Amino acid sequence: MTIIDRFFKNKRSGDYAKGRLQMMLVADRTNCSPELMEAIKKDIIDVLAKYVEIDKDKLDIQIETDAGTNDGSAPVLLANIPIKSMRNR
Amino acid sequence: MGEVIVITSGKGGVGKTTTTANVGTGLAKLNKKVVLIDTDIGLRNLDVVMGLENRIVYNLVDVVEGNCRIKQALIKDKRCPNLYLLPSAQTRDKTSVNPEQMKKLVEDLKSEGFDYILLDCPAGIEQGFKNAIAGADRALVVTTPEVSAIRDADRIIGLLEANEMKHTHLIVNRIRMDMVKRGDMMSMDDVVEILAIDIIGAVPDDENIVVATNQGEPLVGNDTMAGKAYMNICHRILGEEVPFLDLDKKGFFKRLGDILKKN
Repeated sequence: MTIIDRFFKNKRSGDYAKGRLQMMLVADRTNCSPELMEAIKKDIIDVLAKYVEIDKDKLDIQIETDAGTNDGSAPVLLANIPIKSMRNR
Repeated sequence: MGEVIVITSGKGGVGKTTTTANVGTGLAKLNKKVVLIDTDIGLRNLDVVMGLENRIVYNLVDVVEGNCRIKQALIKDKRCPNLYLLPSAQTRDKTSVNPEQMKKLVEDLKSEGFDYILLDCPAGIEQGFKNAIAGADRALVVTTPEVSAIRDADRIIGLLEANEMKHTHLIVNRIRMDMVKRGDMMSMDDVVEILAIDIIGAVPDDENIVVATNQGEPLVGNDTMAGKAYMNICHRILGEEVPFLDLDKKGFFKRLGDILKKN
């Protein structure tokens, strides 16, 4: 990374490490590969897109094991999908 | 009644043995009767870190196989009168002992009146790991702020949960505050957030650890950052609330040196 890159992108290697780990552990904890995760994501988007207009840049779909929404043992699918507008049918 | 604590990590080289030596010595300095058990059969290390390698007569496998009595195999520490080591066997392998035998061993040690029985776990998740956690009441998971060590720690935490470990706490080892500050190392808080378990200690990367290990003398309790951090862990194990050290604290001359270096 050059000095200019560092100046413009303030994401440092520690942030990369954290981000990579979070992705890795989701896959490890659920035995769910990143490819499978992408496939699930794509299908969810395709279904929703039939009815609403989705902000694809801001959507966030994750599988978590410690979501606090259950006893912590079973994985939970969390989806945060911003809707731009409803499609008029 | 004695408490059995296993020190584990998954990944090798993150500081399990150093942690075992220092936490054990620290608890002994706080007037507890402590025994350290090296469960890494075939790769014996704890004796060297403790500086007791010349005193070994019998080992863990001898005790388990009944070649000697427990008391004959226990090595008394040089410095602390209430600290003992049960060394591992160097010429055997992990299949020499099974989890049932380990459970019996720790029960026997409890009845010898030990307050704390510390088990130094081997790296990996195979038989050696299963042996080490079998009789434990509590686990200390050691990790460093690196992706590989944290990933392995997460796996270990999952396995400990699956084995119904009652208490599991995290120790983040080898933190370099200079790197954390400039964003090139994950902070203690980052690691805790990712692993989602309670932290019991944060130990800085300290050259004094290397010096202490060279000399075979744990540095817990002395006036170094790592020595203080380890002593704090001991107090927390005893149930005391101790604030976390400011790992960034530098002496006046070190600061002055840094300023001069910059200019």
